[in-house]
Amino acid sequence: MEVILRPKGEIGIMVEAEVINPETFACRSKEEIEGLVVWQGPTNHPLSEFFEVAVREDGSPEETSILIDGDVSRVKHIGHSMNAGRIEIRGSVGMHVGSEMSGGSILVKGNAGSWAGMEMKGGLLQIEGDAGDHVGSAYRGSWRGMSGGRILIGGTARSQLGGGLAGGEIVVGGDVENFCGIRQAGGFIIVHGTAVRGVGAEMNGGMIVICGGIRQLSPGFMDAGQEDGPVLGENHLVGIFNKLLGDYAISKNPKGVLYVSGGGVA
Amino acid sequence: MAATTIIRNGYVFDPLNEIDGEIKDIFIKDGKVVADLYGAEKRDARVIDASGKTVMPGGVDSHAHVAGTKVNAGRLMRPEDHYKFVRQKTALTHSGSGYTIPSVYKQGYDYAAMGYTTVFEAAMPPLEARHTHEEMRATPILDMGAYMVLGNNWFIMRYLRDGEIEKAAAYVAWMLRTHKGYGIKCVNPAGVENWGWAQNVHSLDEPNIHFEVTPREVIRGLAEVNELLGLPISLHLHANNLGHPGNWEITRDSLQIMEGLEPRTKTDLHWPETKMDASRRQTIYLAHAQFNSFGGTSWRDFCSGVEDLVHYINQVDHVVIDNGAVPFGPGTAMTGDGPAIHDLYMLSGQKWSNSDIEMECGSGVIPYTYMKSSPINSVQWAMGLELMLLIKDPWKTIMTTDHPNGGVFTQYPEVIAWLMSRKAREDTFKECHKWAQDRSSLPAVDREMSLYEIAIVTRANQARTIGIANRKGHLSAGADGDVTVLDLNPTTLDSNDYAAIKRAFSRPEYTVKDGEVIACKGEIVSVLDGNRFYCSPHVDEDLETEMLADVNEWFKYYTVGFANYPVPGKCLKNPVPISVNRPIDAARRS
Repeated sequence: MEVILRPKGEIGIMVEAEVINPETFACRSKEEIEGLVVWQGPTNHPLSEFFEVAVREDGSPEETSILIDGDVSRVKHIGHSMNAGRIEIRGSVGMHVGSEMSGGSILVKGNAGSWAGMEMKGGLLQIEGDAGDHVGSAYRGSWRGMSGGRILIGGTARSQLGGGLAGGEIVVGGDVENFCGIRQAGGFIIVHGTAVRGVGAEMNGGMIVICGGIRQLSPGFMDAGQEDGPVLGENHLVGIFNKLLGDYAISKNPKGVLYVSGGGVA
Repeated sequence: MAATTIIRNGYVFDPLNEIDGEIKDIFIKDGKVVADLYGAEKRDARVIDASGKTVMPGGVDSHAHVAGTKVNAGRLMRPEDHYKFVRQKTALTHSGSGYTIPSVYKQGYDYAAMGYTTVFEAAMPPLEARHTHEEMRATPILDMGAYMVLGNNWFIMRYLRDGEIEKAAAYVAWMLRTHKGYGIKCVNPAGVENWGWAQNVHSLDEPNIHFEVTPREVIRGLAEVNELLGLPISLHLHANNLGHPGNWEITRDSLQIMEGLEPRTKTDLHWPETKMDASRRQTIYLAHAQFNSFGGTSWRDFCSGVEDLVHYINQVDHVVIDNGAVPFGPGTAMTGDGPAIHDLYMLSGQKWSNSDIEMECGSGVIPYTYMKSSPINSVQWAMGLELMLLIKDPWKTIMTTDHPNGGVFTQYPEVIAWLMSRKAREDTFKECHKWAQDRSSLPAVDREMSLYEIAIVTRANQARTIGIANRKGHLSAGADGDVTVLDLNPTTLDSNDYAAIKRAFSRPEYTVKDGEVIACKGEIVSVLDGNRFYCSPHVDEDLETEMLADVNEWFKYYTVGFANYPVPGKCLKNPVPISVNRPIDAARRS
């Protein structure tokens, strides 16, 4: 089953569209999909108010793919909690894309708003452009972030990437800003660009790699030597990396590992 | 509003009238239960058909944390507790959110939907009384009141150290009037004051810093003040060393302090006739006994100390406990016991909030999740049930979760199912850590509570213990028209089918309050404003003048002005003051 959604025009107040999910669409007719309810501020509307819907065949969630043909940067929660199927967005997407997803895949051709892959449990979320804050992190107030799956970002990400990360993998092609991997307990983050500050703050497990250097290292990390071309899982890194352990600010025996190269540790 | 209502043909459980499942009609007129209805009143009455169903007085919660700054601190620090538990607005009801610490509206609706009509906030710091009342004011449906935290109050500690019990009584009387408080709560007596210097007290005879008053002196003193004034409720005690292995001993010793003290209630309330004596017989109401019945000496040899504590409680008549059950899952620990919350923070490392309430008390808040995989939590689960099942006389027990400390009030039906069904307990043993079986006596307990006993521990005894059996907890003529109708047929009840028990208590067929149907199968169908009970004790005027001179002398240490200290009447909707100790014959030692 393939469903094509074409945005009808500019959207004012952001739309909450967790119904855009292969499971919800599976085995539904065009009319049923058009009639699915989305919230915009205090009012609700049928999906057809914002999208033209085209449906080819029907089938199970696993076989369902959703193609969003345009910019949906003012649509939130696309693919929220999805656990099968595929979503492709040929533009930019709003906040919470793939939040709490546990399976299936999402491809974003443009940029993604904040909270992409929040508390993700499994599956693949690929963002070819830039991402906002809180990628793969815990919800506000919660200490347990992404626990499984993969997030691949071609461009940059902002702050709090992988906050409370407990499992899974996040790869960033470009730079990140502040507090990447804050309170990380497990999982793996690799940033090919630079980070500003607060990397791994309060982490007590898992691994972070920053290839382009950190402007200001967190104070609770201890030097654990240098490695040339370390092999970390499937990642064969090139060049000399400083290895650090932390965060000693949170524990006497922390299990967090941080590799930094490029600009080194300033 | 239909002026008259008949709840017809239900199996009625009304323990204060010793009615155990008799088929009876309940008549309500102008919001009150009446013996019968006549003529047009009977003909035009709204009739609720309760055939084949269980009928009980409306639920009463005598210990929950539902209003005030610590509850709100919990809401503020836990956005993650809210975003998945959302209640949509309807034509009749407000929206709301939250699981362990729901917003005030959701809280009121959720209690009412579960058959409860009356809930008392168990810890109101005087300085935060205005906030507490404003939250209660915004809570729909429920009748409420709040106990005032006084166990580490500077004036109380000073008076009790100096042996000035009359002045202490005058102070308590003035404070209850000033802040519209219902009773006296005593939290970690003498210990919370030490927490201001990062210390605590660890035995009943350890004097605290500066005031040099001991927990024993504070407990005995406040209990005497309570009976001098003749308050409807006895002292509500949160004992010392809460949450420490081996604390059952200090708990027993604290209960012993009250021996020889006579319960004495002196109010102007009209008491309808009930078959049993509905006035309280206890001089001490122990809060969340589970947290204060720990055995062992460390976390390594931790075990239940319930059997030891219960051995004492079974021998005496001056004690009522609420259990503070742990039904597993997320909770938010919040208490006036600042050091206890710090201990929990050191164990769990979670986010933690701490507050010093000036000259009065302290408080702490921390999220905590009780897990079946945790050995300690599994024993705590067993202990909460042991307390209810090993204490022989149900009139000494009250079922709570110390919401939201041990669990959430919406989990009460689960606790009821465990109390009523041995199979429910056995099935949980299979899921939780084996310490629950190895380190408690629960596996050997066969007792299954009857609906009659459940009516005692969820309604009748709450009302009796806190002294509101003049209108709650029974269905005598003159009582409030608060009734819960449950979809349970006692003649075919099978305790092995505990899912059905849980379902019935979660979503009663009807919740009736003041004769109005409030909720039907979990849906709120009408909303009204509840009453706010508080005590207004009287003392000798000269004594009060002397006491107020002391208050004035020390008031400079407060950050508020004296004029802004009292809770103004506008903070209460439907206030119901209860006149206590008039004519004045106490608070003056002869």
